[in-house]
Amino acid sequence: MSALRPDLAIIAANVAPGSKVLDVGCGDGDLLAALRDTRQAATRGMELDPHNVAECVARGLSVIQGDADTDLSFYPDGAVDYAILSQTLQTTKRPDLVLDELLRIGRKAFVSFPNFAHWRVRLSLLWHGRMPVTRLLPIAWYETPNIHHVTVSDFRDLVAAKGLKVEGAWFLSGDRLTSAAAASWRAEHAVFLLSR
Amino acid sequence: MSQAAITTASRVLELAQPLPLDGGQQLGGVRIAYETYGTLNADKSNAILICHALTGDQCVASPHPVTGKPGWWLRMVGRGKPIDTDRFFVVCANVLGGCYGSTGPASLAADGQPYAMRFPVITIRDMVRAQVAVLDALGIEQLHAVVGGSMGGMQALSLAANWPERARAVLVIASTARHSAQNIAFHEVGRQAIMADPKWQDGNYGTSKGPENGLAVARMAAHITYLSEEGMHEKFGRKLQDREAKTFGFDADFQVESYLRHQGLSFTDRFDANSYLYITRAMDYFDLAEEHGGRLADAFAGTKARFCLVSFDTDWLYPTAESRTIAHALSAVGAPVSFVELSAPFGHDSFLLDVPALDRVIAGFLQ
Repeated sequence: MSALRPDLAIIAANVAPGSKVLDVGCGDGDLLAALRDTRQAATRGMELDPHNVAECVARGLSVIQGDADTDLSFYPDGAVDYAILSQTLQTTKRPDLVLDELLRIGRKAFVSFPNFAHWRVRLSLLWHGRMPVTRLLPIAWYETPNIHHVTVSDFRDLVAAKGLKVEGAWFLSGDRLTSAAAASWRAEHAVFLLSR
Repeated sequence: MSQAAITTASRVLELAQPLPLDGGQQLGGVRIAYETYGTLNADKSNAILICHALTGDQCVASPHPVTGKPGWWLRMVGRGKPIDTDRFFVVCANVLGGCYGSTGPASLAADGQPYAMRFPVITIRDMVRAQVAVLDALGIEQLHAVVGGSMGGMQALSLAANWPERARAVLVIASTARHSAQNIAFHEVGRQAIMADPKWQDGNYGTSKGPENGLAVARMAAHITYLSEEGMHEKFGRKLQDREAKTFGFDADFQVESYLRHQGLSFTDRFDANSYLYITRAMDYFDLAEEHGGRLADAFAGTKARFCLVSFDTDWLYPTAESRTIAHALSAVGAPVSFVELSAPFGHDSFLLDVPALDRVIAGFLQ
């Protein structure tokens, strides 16, 4: 198994052993496989891309091809201990409703996303007046799947407005953690652990 | 088909007890023809039951009893194949109602005459009851997996719902939990074509030629539903058959006509018309939710099996939505379930053809 992406490694390290997890937008199943193999988790996934789903099934994972915007409603309330949405929130049509669904299905939810207020992004907009193309946001505005760019501050506001509890928050600059205070500027990635 | 039933070299299980049917009858003297591949291990834990489709047979990976063509899933079943017979003991039985050695309408009733239309109407669950009898006879308490495409998938689902302890994994390809109005409609066209053929004689064609024309038309109509519009266009387009120009007549001017006529005619050499009536009826009656109080999820309550559902994007007979419905029902009861729609140009028939992604999914799921 290749090394996990840093945000996934944070999630994997903070899932209680033996938990039930649902990874929404699970890609080719790296996190699920890690949770299964290192945390003895009962895993399931949802993924939009059929090639990725086939890859997951070939890895022995249980993954349903589906869309976070429309297909989460089929999971019963409290079906899992953790619902995970990594690097997918910003691609959904209604991130707020997806967040509701995550905390309906899971007792807790991990949400990770690229921070659109990272200083490189700010600089690109301020200096060049152009939508940024960076290491973490490598695709031009017209073809990026990221249709709802979000910043750490935006996300904190949404969480507060919904009255959700932040049980944990991790901010990544490259693969190193950075402080919560500086996160708005310095974090490329944010990982939140939420509950109701 | 001129004889009562097709003779095969398959092993035959004769059920000692009458088989109880959903229709209320008890069917005595039931024989089930089956093939096996590979070796059953000491604790009998490596068995895979493959359930065949409407016009399939038990010869998954051995020559067809009539045509001599290679087994219908040879690309999937064998040494080193996705369903690896070096690891697994593969069982496939001809369905109840079939015409390849299992008891069906062409079999002889107690009076020495073929049952014909006296054969009881059977269901998918009745077919599975017969499959379970084969497993019992082989001493297989729990399957490593039950696998089926199309009608075979319906049997796999029925086994999972009604005999939940009998399979640890359930793989359902290009199938559905219930026949739709459109599915029933196409089958009805086929049945009416058979019954409208004067040679059908209310089913009592005995050992004569039988309703060949009707059965051929039934097969032609059904065959269209197994292909995709795109695949048909690619294969045939508007190309003419062995001619430079249209004949202004009703010969098979177009290649697609010639192809369908050939498919229809050759089918009559290998299938019994009454079997076709009974098996299509069983499929039409299939509605797994209805059997379980109207809620599909309830059909799977308490299941401990893993499930995998596969659909194909060009399959309009059992479209992706049908598999998705099953996946959602399984999710609702917390069953470990995978579902994937694969892209393939061959329509419903994709599950039998060269789709490498399907090989990977099947091999991975069965690990």
